[in-house]
Amino acid sequence: MKKIVLGIASISIIIVAIAQKKKPAPKKIDTPMASIERGHAVYIKECMSCHQEDGGGVPHLNPPLYENQDINNDKKKIISIVLKGMSDRVPIEGEYYSNSMASHAYLTNQEIADVLSYVRSSFGNHASIITPDEVKAVRGVKKK
Amino acid sequence: MIKSLIILLVFVHLTCFTKANNYKDTTNPNKSINAGLKLPTGFSAIIVAENIGRARHLTVNKQGNVYVKSSKLMSGKGIFYLKNVNDGSGKMQITNSFGNYGGTGIVIKDNYLYASSDEAVYRYQLDQNGEVISPDAPEKIVTDLINRRQHETKSIAVDGNDNLYVNIGAYANACQEKDRSKGSMGRNPCPILDSAGGIWMFKQNKLNQSYPEGVRYATGLRNVVGLDWNKQTNSLFVMQHGRDQLYQNWPQYFDSASGAELPAECMYDLHKGSNCGWPYIYYNHLIHKKILAPEYGGDGKIEESKEYQDPSIAFPGHMAPNGLLFYTGDQFPKKYRNGAFIAFHGSWNRSPLPQAGYFVVFVPFKNGKPTGEWEVFADGFSGKEVVTSTRSAEHRPCGLAQAPDGSLYVSDDSKGFIYKITYSNH
Repeated sequence: MKKIVLGIASISIIIVAIAQKKKPAPKKIDTPMASIERGHAVYIKECMSCHQEDGGGVPHLNPPLYENQDINNDKKKIISIVLKGMSDRVPIEGEYYSNSMASHAYLTNQEIADVLSYVRSSFGNHASIITPDEVKAVRGVKKK
Repeated sequence: MIKSLIILLVFVHLTCFTKANNYKDTTNPNKSINAGLKLPTGFSAIIVAENIGRARHLTVNKQGNVYVKSSKLMSGKGIFYLKNVNDGSGKMQITNSFGNYGGTGIVIKDNYLYASSDEAVYRYQLDQNGEVISPDAPEKIVTDLINRRQHETKSIAVDGNDNLYVNIGAYANACQEKDRSKGSMGRNPCPILDSAGGIWMFKQNKLNQSYPEGVRYATGLRNVVGLDWNKQTNSLFVMQHGRDQLYQNWPQYFDSASGAELPAECMYDLHKGSNCGWPYIYYNHLIHKKILAPEYGGDGKIEESKEYQDPSIAFPGHMAPNGLLFYTGDQFPKKYRNGAFIAFHGSWNRSPLPQAGYFVVFVPFKNGKPTGEWEVFADGFSGKEVVTSTRSAEHRPCGLAQAPDGSLYVSDDSKGFIYKITYSNH
């Protein structure tokens, strides 16, 4: 346990260090860690009420964000779900979930990239980050 | 400054670390005492059965044996008949399983067992031992009810005549143009109310009834899971699941704390023609007022003056009342007689505050009305001091039933536990 605390403390120090360093040049230099941290804030505001603090969702109502293959494997699909919402009644890992998810297209490409990067690196997920350009590409596919 | 930031960050990381692992913690050191439940003095509880599917509602026959309705099929069956093992432990075991449909509602009236899927109601004749005669050949009493996979469960109740009451939940949160979407306005009039969002009345003994044969007994009810016929008032009482997401969808009018607390979970004493106001209003239990819903022009303050029914009693928001039972037994102390027990399944829509519910409440009644007070009767189902995430709750109380000897059964639809609560004054 002590080791874990030390480990987390040192990670935190690095984060602080990065955050400190970042201050003079806030615009250009971005890191995966910074994106994930920002994503956590977006998650709390936009996602947590349904998907819960631990990403576990709500049994039979809102799907979990772990043990959910799409989260890790299908970037385009999860970007699209955030943009368009989801009301299809399809089983996710064998379970049905009742609540509709609203479109979150009002979030910026950066915010969507950040929050999905956070989700893909949290709750036991270990997938790569998502960039604003990847979100833009999916958003742009929209036909008029 | 940096020092305090580091301390803060370490703390945040540590909290994340512990919380993320909460759901894996299934140890409950006190389970041997009263099945892990906290009860008033004189009461005790045992777990009579485990893993009975997703045990929703349950009912007890005259012989004291239990029928449980599961929303999930086990080996293709959704109704389980439990009898005492008779080894002195009080444990029960499944001696029969039938019904090839998942569902929630189950109730016995005279010599029939009624059970619901998410679209229909069936009944099974019972023999003199209270056992189903033809488990594979039920009569279909009600058919083709709407199921759009939101509030789809069909809870049922029976009166002393030959009426059967079925909840048909609204397939939406607040009848918005876009369900659960920020700022989306309400459809007016709400078209859902034609076929859902209320209680429909059918006959107990007529086959293949649907909307044309039924009566919309009460409307303006978003979703009801717990309901019971009150023999004192001779009326149907229901517990409404109030709407979600006041704060998430209307942050200009609500903060996260008021969105967690509001709207109230309401009990209604229904009569034919009752209109409880969903989706146009919600009830604020803190100021005892019906408030215009933001989807219909409300701002969290404007009152709705139309004649929607007032609740009999109201509880804090989102606790999800899934079971309602009027206690008519004589085993429990006198104060419980003709009062109501309510099983609160437990909330998910109260973050960032801790979740609430996950307990059974007692509501004293006097002259057929709640006295206005309520108390937690059985707590500790979640196995957690604080539930921050719904999935981390070990057990979630859902159904209630009274045994012929006055004991109270509580079902858990998370792990299929069946609890039996008894009272002894010595």
